[in-house]
Amino acid sequence: MRDVSVIGVGQTPVGEHWDRSLRDLAVEAIAEARRDAGVDRVDALYVGNMLSGELAGQENVATLVADAAGLLPKEALKIEAACASGGAVLRAAYLAVACGAHDYVLAVGVEKMTDVLTDGVTAALALAADADYEAAHGITFAALNAILMRRYMHEHRASHEDFAPFSINAHRNAALNPCAMYRQPITLEDFIRSPIVADPINILDSAGISDGAAALLVCPASEARRARRPPVRITGSACATDTLGLAERTDPLVWQAVADSARLACGQAKLKPKDIDLFELHDAFTIVSVLSLEACGFADRGSALKLAAEGRIALEGDIPICTLGGLKGRGHPVGASGTYQLVETALQLRGEAGPAQVKGASIGMAQSVGGSGSVAVTHILQV
Amino acid sequence: MELPRYHRLRGPYYRLEGRACPGCSRRFFPPRSVCPSCKSGGLRPFAFCGRATLYSWSHVLQPARGFASMAPYTVGMVRLEEGPLVSAQLADADGVELAVGMPLEMVTRKIRDADEHGYIVYGYKFRPLLMATRPRP
Repeated sequence: MRDVSVIGVGQTPVGEHWDRSLRDLAVEAIAEARRDAGVDRVDALYVGNMLSGELAGQENVATLVADAAGLLPKEALKIEAACASGGAVLRAAYLAVACGAHDYVLAVGVEKMTDVLTDGVTAALALAADADYEAAHGITFAALNAILMRRYMHEHRASHEDFAPFSINAHRNAALNPCAMYRQPITLEDFIRSPIVADPINILDSAGISDGAAALLVCPASEARRARRPPVRITGSACATDTLGLAERTDPLVWQAVADSARLACGQAKLKPKDIDLFELHDAFTIVSVLSLEACGFADRGSALKLAAEGRIALEGDIPICTLGGLKGRGHPVGASGTYQLVETALQLRGEAGPAQVKGASIGMAQSVGGSGSVAVTHILQV
Repeated sequence: MELPRYHRLRGPYYRLEGRACPGCSRRFFPPRSVCPSCKSGGLRPFAFCGRATLYSWSHVLQPARGFASMAPYTVGMVRLEEGPLVSAQLADADGVELAVGMPLEMVTRKIRDADEHGYIVYGYKFRPLLMATRPRP
């Protein structure tokens, strides 16, 4: 296996892009990543996307993007792993370069969600759940997470308000990110007053429906010095799975796929959680941040809320999370979110995160989760 | 829901039929064909008795498509007496103060609004056990 580096990154602002299509967004992110790298060569294109068929009536989306971006006749494939598609697409690119099949591979995550009304998006997102035993019973994604959150509150005697620091942190950091969708800081009062989606989950517990695309160009580490910008090495890349149905786990509050993928990635990089300078986690709901921090070893079971309350997840804390807003603040274009996390991690490590810069960051972890913790892809990036 | 799919689901949906592993005697709902514990195949049908306790729940205010007329409705995860956790809607829960661990029983109810296929899908839900039928402590 060869070592692999990220040599170029690009992203569109996340938002409601009513005047732009799936193809427009993907092309813009790809062009920016290629410009950033200053390298023309592309051997293959992998497209991370979850819902193009359902929300845009378009499959064969990798060919669509390759065609629109002027990359024909190169290999182009769609990579789908529900909300983890964005992490999975970098993993596909990493594997292709590491094994020597290709040298220069583009990984782009793209999602276009805002053409469809909320009930349609809610139904589409539920496709990541078990169709016969969750979605068919009207159990939405928010409801699955709400069931987890209530159980967590019961087992650890927590209140809903205890989850507020995650949302407040995400919005505070998003305000510093020009590509973020929700750039207004929020207060505890805002969090408490936010309308309920599926109790106890409210709007400010939940990442918003949005459009966007983010891209990374990777190549063998031995050739990375050709690039215009400092290369970022991929020192860990791992994917793990768990039961599709949330109820089929021995303990639904233990996210084993999240734990396994983090442990495998850290093992490859020969690191422990305490060595990580920043963690871009999958904060689709505040409860997911809590379960992820605990599964990955940053907090003991039942103690992630304390970590947040003590400010340790802030930019100046010892384990900054969602440094450019996370899914909550930056926005959550589902199949693209994982690539946004990776682009943001690379920018942090290159020292280019502007006012959201984590000082002295040299090791970052990005983790993309699909379904209710049923698939997780973790990457470790280093400079 | 497509008719063939609904037909395939009649065992689990109407009779709470799962599977039991002949190798390690673990029981599963929904049905699966390979035991994740001992990797045995040849799992046999097993009908759960329908008694359960409440693990956790949520009132859904933003329903999925096909559930608008029922909103707000209550969904939950319940622990079947024989072991497995199951996700399902809770029935007859309006005005009931729900609590973790409270006893429930399976009932067969309408699951969703009629869809474009035109027929009504029935299946399991769980309701709080009536006071009169609750076992005395």
